[in-house]
Amino acid sequence: MILTDDEKAMLDGKEGKTRQKAIEFLVKYGTALGAERLVNTNNVGGYMIADRASYRKFGSFDALFSLTGLDSEETLEFPKVKAFSCQFETDMDPEYCDIEGKDEEDYRRFKANEEWLSKIGVQLMCTCTPYLVGNVPVKGEHCAWMESSAVVYINSVLGARTNCEGNTSTTAAMLTGKIPYWGFHTDEHRLGSHLVNVELKVEGLMEWGLLGYYIGKMVGEKVPVLDGIKIVPSRDELKQFGAATASSGGVEMYHIPGITADAHTVEEAFGGRTPAFTLKYGPEERKYAYEQLNMIGKNTDVDFVMFGCPHNSIQQVQEICDLLEGKRIKGGSSLWVLVPRAIKDLAKRNGYDKVIESAGGVLMSDTCPALGHLMPKGTRVLATNSAKQAHYLPSMMGIESWYGTTEECVNAAVTGRWEGALK
Amino acid sequence: MKTILHGRMVVGGCAEGEALVTSEMISGWGGVDPATGTVIELRHELHGQSFKDKVLVFPGAKGSSGWSGVFQSTRLNGSAPKAMLFNVMNSKIAVGAVVVHAPAMTDFDRDPLQLIKTGDWVRVDADKGVVEITSKD
Repeated sequence: MILTDDEKAMLDGKEGKTRQKAIEFLVKYGTALGAERLVNTNNVGGYMIADRASYRKFGSFDALFSLTGLDSEETLEFPKVKAFSCQFETDMDPEYCDIEGKDEEDYRRFKANEEWLSKIGVQLMCTCTPYLVGNVPVKGEHCAWMESSAVVYINSVLGARTNCEGNTSTTAAMLTGKIPYWGFHTDEHRLGSHLVNVELKVEGLMEWGLLGYYIGKMVGEKVPVLDGIKIVPSRDELKQFGAATASSGGVEMYHIPGITADAHTVEEAFGGRTPAFTLKYGPEERKYAYEQLNMIGKNTDVDFVMFGCPHNSIQQVQEICDLLEGKRIKGGSSLWVLVPRAIKDLAKRNGYDKVIESAGGVLMSDTCPALGHLMPKGTRVLATNSAKQAHYLPSMMGIESWYGTTEECVNAAVTGRWEGALK
Repeated sequence: MKTILHGRMVVGGCAEGEALVTSEMISGWGGVDPATGTVIELRHELHGQSFKDKVLVFPGAKGSSGWSGVFQSTRLNGSAPKAMLFNVMNSKIAVGAVVVHAPAMTDFDRDPLQLIKTGDWVRVDADKGVVEITSKD
């Protein structure tokens, strides 16, 4: 790789051992990719979570994050980050230790983890959706983000430039302000590869989830271009769509010409090239996606309903509350509504926490079931409006799951029965 | 019968072992149990099989950005693959390969997914960019 003078200086240890280790990793990583150089970044998002077992084992944040963040067996002391950096989710909401099965030790560890991150200058956004709470990259901005659902959102909808980074590459990027110039940082890599002719009207969170799940399954990690979208989707629909494509497949970038950031026309999205494949999305494909997402559900006795993967926006919380108001969820069932902390504050100002609590649910922040391995005790059957959680939770937690509309999920929480169907 | 494949080094080193081949992309976080190296994605063709001490031959990495973290954990738990051969490069697998510390290669002259069968004995010399396959049949 060709390095600039400031990068060489860091590699020579002129800025200390920790930054030296960080840039050594970035050079190895860049070499693995086949990248020719690094690029400056001032917007990094990572997960530096000390889970209970790791924290017990390593005894200090520096030791743990030296290993997971810098691939270093030797414990290095972390200086302040160089790039603007934020923490994605964590593994618990400190307000709900009881429900989550967390104890005093977990609470203290969580608080200490936050303090450590704050000390090195990492913003405690604690959400998979930093773009909902103020970190909204501009078009063309070179970023280094983890979190597949956020990566596909900022690349596609906003036109920012990031690859789907990992623990080590984001930690190294925070400390150095550098990331390999490769992949979605370059114009070439952002062009479309697969054309998807969407023959149906796509409207609503569930429909966008189905479309995303189907496309991810079909294109893997390629760059799909959607043609035929007649109704401009909302931010929340695109949030759901991208998360679904990145779960069934590995989509990090897509185009909806005229709507997403990079291209105005289908031709522009392909950069004049011919699509490698052309797919269609019609009634059969929609049905296939629905069946895939519901194949793990057999038992219709739902005991857990969750909303907020990716984390809910304030509009979504409002919609849930409109459906929930005056109702009561079935005894023995649980309802979790997950949001970033900043949106929890806003929701509280609007009284939504009361609506959710009066119905028997909870408004949680900072985490999610999949990330924190958290579920109400004894959960067997989940209902969710999130394609991503419907994809992951059965594998990770050994439960059954149902995927449907927000309304179907609210009804399942109230009646304890899944009555959703593809209409 | 021996077959030779040429490719590009991703992470250097030499290793050999039995091949575990899949035509499906692998999800790390939520797709693999880091304690045992077992594929846990219910919809995956390798579901229930472990890549511990195998030469893992697969198209590439998909899914969450936690891919590299899970693969790093397999190394720390002693359940990592002995080597990784894959076709599609992306950031998830590049970070993952570096932190697994095992030899890894990509950009082959012929498709390893076609040439290598599960159970074949595979010798990987990533530094030289050579893979030697001894068919089990």
